[in-house]
Amino acid sequence: MHKIGETSTQILGLAWWKWIAIALVLFSLTAGMILDVPRLPILHETIRNLYYHVTQWFGMMIILTASLVYSIIHLSKGDRRSDIIASEGINVALFMGTLGLLTGMLWAKNTWGTYWTGDAKLNGVAMGMLVYLAYTVLRGSMDEEQKRGRVSAVYNIFAYVMFMVFIMVLPRMTDSLHPGNGGNPGFGGYDLNNNMKLVFYPAIIGWTLMGVWLVNVRVRIKSIEENRLSKSHQ
Amino acid sequence: MLQQVKTLFLKEFTLEWRNRYALNGMLLYVISTVFVCYLSFRQITSVPVWNALFWIIMLFASINAVGRSFIQERKGRLLYYYSISSPQAFVLAKMAYNTLIMWVIALMAYVIYFLFIGDLVQDHLMFGLALFLGSTGFALILTLMSAIASKTENNMSLMAILSFPVQLPFLMTLIKFSKNAVDGLDPSVSYNLIIVLVLIIVIVLALSYILFPYLWRD
Repeated sequence: MHKIGETSTQILGLAWWKWIAIALVLFSLTAGMILDVPRLPILHETIRNLYYHVTQWFGMMIILTASLVYSIIHLSKGDRRSDIIASEGINVALFMGTLGLLTGMLWAKNTWGTYWTGDAKLNGVAMGMLVYLAYTVLRGSMDEEQKRGRVSAVYNIFAYVMFMVFIMVLPRMTDSLHPGNGGNPGFGGYDLNNNMKLVFYPAIIGWTLMGVWLVNVRVRIKSIEENRLSKSHQ
Repeated sequence: MLQQVKTLFLKEFTLEWRNRYALNGMLLYVISTVFVCYLSFRQITSVPVWNALFWIIMLFASINAVGRSFIQERKGRLLYYYSISSPQAFVLAKMAYNTLIMWVIALMAYVIYFLFIGDLVQDHLMFGLALFLGSTGFALILTLMSAIASKTENNMSLMAILSFPVQLPFLMTLIKFSKNAVDGLDPSVSYNLIIVLVLIIVIVLALSYILFPYLWRD
């Protein structure tokens, strides 16, 4: 059976990129709290949440995109591996999305004064979570492997496109409280002094790698389960 | 290809016409839903409420009308279609037929809504466009969702779970556009919204055309 981590160089029993993931996330956690940040009205110190909320969301989007790619591969090749990677990618993305949602809600409470508002991007997240939860229900409702793989890949592709329309196009047409929408200046416009960039970009890479690691572990668990299942059937 | 689409489309139409209970059922569904809303609300004077309620009724009606398009097909009959036509022709015919049905339902729904709850629409031309685009979009999105849901065991409840969130981007844009029409705003305000609606419809068409062949084989 395939094992993604096994072929790459290992350091102290862990693949090199896992060490990078650990280092970058630890770096963003500590440096994000220690380094100096610009003092902006309303935001004040909560701007540090940029390192966690935004980066977790970036990681989630990257993993969702990877899952889309694997769904396309699955449709063209029909192999089991890409199907498992696509579905586990969505599980992990749901987990990271929940993290991003919780940190975002905390941030909203401290800047906008409420945990939830009717903001276009918040509705987009809610819709995305519903779509991908529906994906897990859809997978659960089919037993036959080949059919499950194909049908859920089709739904994944369709859902991804609709999700993108919702969070990329619609917020630009209405007012949003988020930076960069509805007349609010984007973050790039005023802050991102070099200190912040120094933490922000590594944090994105760190969280994405963490997500990849999670997917990796879950795919391996799935493979072991399936091997056991096929052995017990013999 | 076009010939196949045409034949399959006519076949859907003939089948529907032979036992009209499904179409009558839809009509009754819309009437009773509107009547329930009428008894609950009595009178609606607020434009946002009028508008939102209308499209929610349309949403549920469309899921009931289009949802059965694949779910009612029997396995043996699908196998027969499989042997005589291409999957693209099959899905295009289904979409064309569902779109036609949705146009009828949208018109019916508007007339009944108008009779019971009243008409607040100021720009009827633009509202007509909203009806046209809305019912087309609902029909196209739900056709693919119905094809997906029909592959599972408990398909009718899954149909709702799968299609509500996927329909949201289209529905939100539609409600905004239709509200502008009801308020009688100048059409130029809504050009962006119309473009987004048409864009979503084109995307859904293209995706269904590409993806349906993978759902087709069992």
